[in-house]
Amino acid sequence: MEVNYSGDIMTLNMGPQHPSTHGVLRLELKTDGEIVADAIPHIGYLHRCFEKHVENVDYAGVVPFTDRMDYCAAMNMELGYVLAVEKLMGIEVNERTRYLRIIMAELGRIASHLIAAGTYGNDIGSFTPFLWCFRDREDILDFFEETCGARLLYNYNCIGGLTQDIKPGLEDKILKFLDRFEPEVDNLNRLLSDNFIFIKRTADVGILSPEKAISYGVTGPNLRGSGVRFDVRKDEPYLGYEEFDFDVQVGKGEHGRLGSCWDRYMVRIREVLESCKIVRQAIAKLSPGDVRENVPKRIKPPKGEVYMRTECPRGELGYYIVSDGSPKPYRLKVKSPCFTVMSAFRDMCKGTMIADVISILGSIDIVLGEIDR
Amino acid sequence: MNAQEIAALLSEQFGDRILESKPEELNPWSAVDPSSILDVCRFIRSDSRLEMDHLELLGGVDYEDRIEVVYVVYSMKHHHRYTLKCLLPREDPHVSTVESVWSVANWHEREAFDMFGVLFDGHSDMRRILCPDDWEGYPLRKDYKAPESYRDMPV
Repeated sequence: MEVNYSGDIMTLNMGPQHPSTHGVLRLELKTDGEIVADAIPHIGYLHRCFEKHVENVDYAGVVPFTDRMDYCAAMNMELGYVLAVEKLMGIEVNERTRYLRIIMAELGRIASHLIAAGTYGNDIGSFTPFLWCFRDREDILDFFEETCGARLLYNYNCIGGLTQDIKPGLEDKILKFLDRFEPEVDNLNRLLSDNFIFIKRTADVGILSPEKAISYGVTGPNLRGSGVRFDVRKDEPYLGYEEFDFDVQVGKGEHGRLGSCWDRYMVRIREVLESCKIVRQAIAKLSPGDVRENVPKRIKPPKGEVYMRTECPRGELGYYIVSDGSPKPYRLKVKSPCFTVMSAFRDMCKGTMIADVISILGSIDIVLGEIDR
Repeated sequence: MNAQEIAALLSEQFGDRILESKPEELNPWSAVDPSSILDVCRFIRSDSRLEMDHLELLGGVDYEDRIEVVYVVYSMKHHHRYTLKCLLPREDPHVSTVESVWSVANWHEREAFDMFGVLFDGHSDMRRILCPDDWEGYPLRKDYKAPESYRDMPV
């Protein structure tokens, strides 16, 4: 956007305590009237130095720490970590474990995308979708609670398997939930996605071009919102995702230019339905087996290093682990998808209105626990 | 391209500026002379055979006798991954920034500076990112001792 600044710049702090920053994030806005000349993000308010902590615990003890990074999608966080350690140790898990992990990861993705959509509606000024999304998410949390006892931080995946099998009859409950839930997405579209005011607030706002998105290392729904067809589940499959039939949803620029806030939002809504498809297929494939069959007695990976990435709801989550042959990781580095998208935020905000900053921030769907680690 | 081919291509292109290559490992890597990292990164980003357009991870590792800066790069077009490493001395580690190749390097390099004290020459905004600006020491170094207090607040 071409902007003429009057030159009278005011500094305005948005956050660290602000309802629409989705956590403790401070944005230093340089404003010229209503126009944002610059938006400098200041992160680190939730920094716990996770990477230092895990150097002092054994490999199995790291899993609960990973839960606490992205607390909205804890299932996917721990999945990425256990897959990385399994790759380092050369462990292959059995079929039942693989499919159960996929079911849990995809349910986690649905729950996470529901939070994203619900709170985004709330940011823009529509309260009902928030309640609807949280109502449906509640059912998924109930499944998780029934399976592992926890509603937010699960500690369900473990290296080489799962801590326990699902309770009998859970599959039917999940299928029943999916039957009820899928039509709800249409209701959400009618209420929010196709809403005139919502489109006015989000379409053509916060454009992220595909070239910029790749250069900024943006991944996941944010990258796909810019029209780049890239999904780790398809392009570098893990856990046997290649056996499943699902589509990679990308932004199409239906309202205004491609890569707008609306495109990013809509990719998430469409992905929810794709995840439902995957869950159904995984339940159909589920066969009896022992989920603790491949759990090693001693976890002592060989000397070496590994990089493993998975598609978590907010993008590619990568774990880089250096092992010195001891029972504790020598170094563990997390590639956080929210961290990289946050680095593109400043670029996206320049020249927009203050109200658009809220729009953009909500559309990239960040969790500060994962940015600050 | 597989890791062997990438390693061979890099050696052919840069000769002895590639110090060591281990393409057969689980995470294939090459150690690059720190003074040529920018040239190597520009090459792997622009060469049509490699086109490593996605910097997946940039971070430090402290090995007590040296600090390594690790670059995990991936090509969205060709679907191949490779790791570059820069071996730096623990005293006064510095290396050229690759911000001009991948924009995301800006924040990753700030994090590496914050956690390991690696200075990136030519970086546009070399500040701490996760710790407060007046924090002392580099937390992820192996000899780091956490302070008792920060601004009279117990840590």
